Amino acid sequence: MVLVYIDQADQQIKKASLEALSYGAALAKEIGCASEALVFGTVKDPLADLGKFGAQKVHQLKNETLNSLDVKVHSTLIATVAKNLNATVVVFAHNINGKAIAPAVSVKLGAGIVTGACSLPNTQNGFVVRKTVFSGKAFANIKMETPIKVIAINQNSFGLVEYNSAATIVEIKLDIPPASIKITKVEKIEGEIPLTEANLVVSGGRGLKGPENWGILLDLAKALGAATACSRPVSDTDWRPHHEHVGQTGIQIAPNLYIAIGISGAIQHLAGVNRSKTIVVINKDPEAPFFKAADYGVVGDAFEVVPKLTAAVLKAKAAN
Amino acid sequence: MKILVCISKTPDTTAKIAFIEGNTKFDESGVQWIINPYDEWYALVRAIELKEKDPATIIHLVTVGGVDAESIIRKALALGGDEAIRIDSTSNDSFTIADQIAQVAKEGVYDLILTGKETIDYNSACIGSMLSALLDLPFISLADHFELNGNTATVKREIESGVETCEVTLPVIVSCQKGMAEQRIPNMRGIMAARTKPLKIVAPAVSSATTNISQFDLPPSKSGVKLIDPENMDELVKLLKEEAKVI
Ligand SMILES: Cc1cc2nc3c(=O)[nH]c(=O)nc-3n(C[C@H](O)[C@H](O)[C@H](O)COP(=O)(O)OP(=O)(O)OC[C@H]3O[C@@H](n4cnc5c(N)ncnc54)[C@H](O)[C@@H]3O)c2cc1C
Repeated sequence: MVLVYIDQADQQIKKASLEALSYGAALAKEIGCASEALVFGTVKDPLADLGKFGAQKVHQLKNETLNSLDVKVHSTLIATVAKNLNATVVVFAHNINGKAIAPAVSVKLGAGIVTGACSLPNTQNGFVVRKTVFSGKAFANIKMETPIKVIAINQNSFGLVEYNSAATIVEIKLDIPPASIKITKVEKIEGEIPLTEANLVVSGGRGLKGPENWGILLDLAKALGAATACSRPVSDTDWRPHHEHVGQTGIQIAPNLYIAIGISGAIQHLAGVNRSKTIVVINKDPEAPFFKAADYGVVGDAFEVVPKLTAAVLKAKAAN
Repeated sequence: MKILVCISKTPDTTAKIAFIEGNTKFDESGVQWIINPYDEWYALVRAIELKEKDPATIIHLVTVGGVDAESIIRKALALGGDEAIRIDSTSNDSFTIADQIAQVAKEGVYDLILTGKETIDYNSACIGSMLSALLDLPFISLADHFELNGNTATVKREIESGVETCEVTLPVIVSCQKGMAEQRIPNMRGIMAARTKPLKIVAPAVSSATTNISQFDLPPSKSGVKLIDPENMDELVKLLKEEAKVI
């Protein structure tokens, strides 16, 4: 059986987990077994709906304390459930929580693990999973040698697959181990689209000259419904918050559309964004290296081009 | 207070990524090696800052690697740290690496184990979490603040919708990211001192790999950029809608 761990934040199921579920269901079909989901905590979304993404059964451990992450507690419980259910593959989203828990679960299960997976395993000759390495500059095909396997799948690498079915819900009763950490404060970032989940991203670099000029970028992002990102020097100088820093030493993203404004396209920056489906570069220097990695390019002054692009987006939206 | 900092050797961020031997091996020719930036800028420097506050603190560095990892570990020692341990294994299986470090950690009895959030070569982000299972210790990932108050640490970590502050009793494992510390440059005194700091080489414990890399490949290159007239943003929007189908 393929067991998919469903991650939540604020009692809402993460989109990355629905993608992991789609992946798990496709994998279960390929190896000829059932695909089931595991949910911790008190989630508000209707769990039967997980059937739409391929779960036949949803196992729920309904306990409020599990709403926030405690790696020791979560990994112990996930491993116990996986063992009890005889799971052969446990799938996670390679997101903040998945990254923290999946490796610990793999140790507890004596399972091999591939994190950052980006395709279904090739089971022709063993069990080979493809993952991104060198921050997206290459791929490695990893042969998994253990009977039980753990896979953490990259966001936006498989997509959502929908079915027309509902899942049955099974409640699990297990003793919750004592907490290993105490959460004393939560600071929420309100109203922003999380960068790693965004389909559309508008990003700015040093070419925007200063934080006071970000308005034109934010207007474009708003018109598109896009999340915002930036290059490293921009977050280093506190023009923008750290969590917007993308690249080799920031976060790596793979949206459908990445619009780079006043970013030169240094190799370390490209490493974080080159898996984007479509890249648009706006730069006044026709020699900027980013154009080599772009699908569409606009050679021009961002301060003139970006407002025009925003207007064009709004015009197209109004026409729809 | 005894801290263990996990150090990994990675290719420089500008290194050309190419493969040899039928795409089964990373081409190391001409590659400059660096300390994995997250290990250096955040984990190591935070440990050094803690020692500056409390000079009784002892910092050990550990790396899993061959002889060629020694220049990297000396570089790390030049920034700070009291002694280093190299586990003589060139495995790139995360479990094997974590298992080796766990042996060292068990022997050294550390109050705090720091790692970077991931390495920039394999991007697996596994070691801290695996160590937590192997050593049965709490693990806090993606931390950007760490303060000590006696036996209690206050750590800020990134969560999906913001930032969470946690309290944890030592010993604990923490993976570090941006915000944790200010990047430093080694000075001459540090470099000189690093030459004589102890570097212990330990034989790898028996551990069997759970995964093996069968082959690498490179992403297909882009077919070429389509340039759009800056005066005609309607055209760009049309292409994004109708050709790329992304908006
Ligand atoms: C170890 C290491 C790790 C790194 N990690 C990262 C990382 O994770 N992410 C990252 O982003 N960087 C990273 N860097 C830094 C990277 O090398 C570059 O320095 C950085 O990406 C450059 O940022 P930028 O493009 O915003 O600025 P610049 O390189 O200064 O480029 C600004 C661009 O704006 C253009 N411009 C100027 N004015 C205008 C205008 N009016 N209209 C339009 N265009 C304009 C210019 O032509 C130029 O191309 C790393 C570096 C190192 C050494």
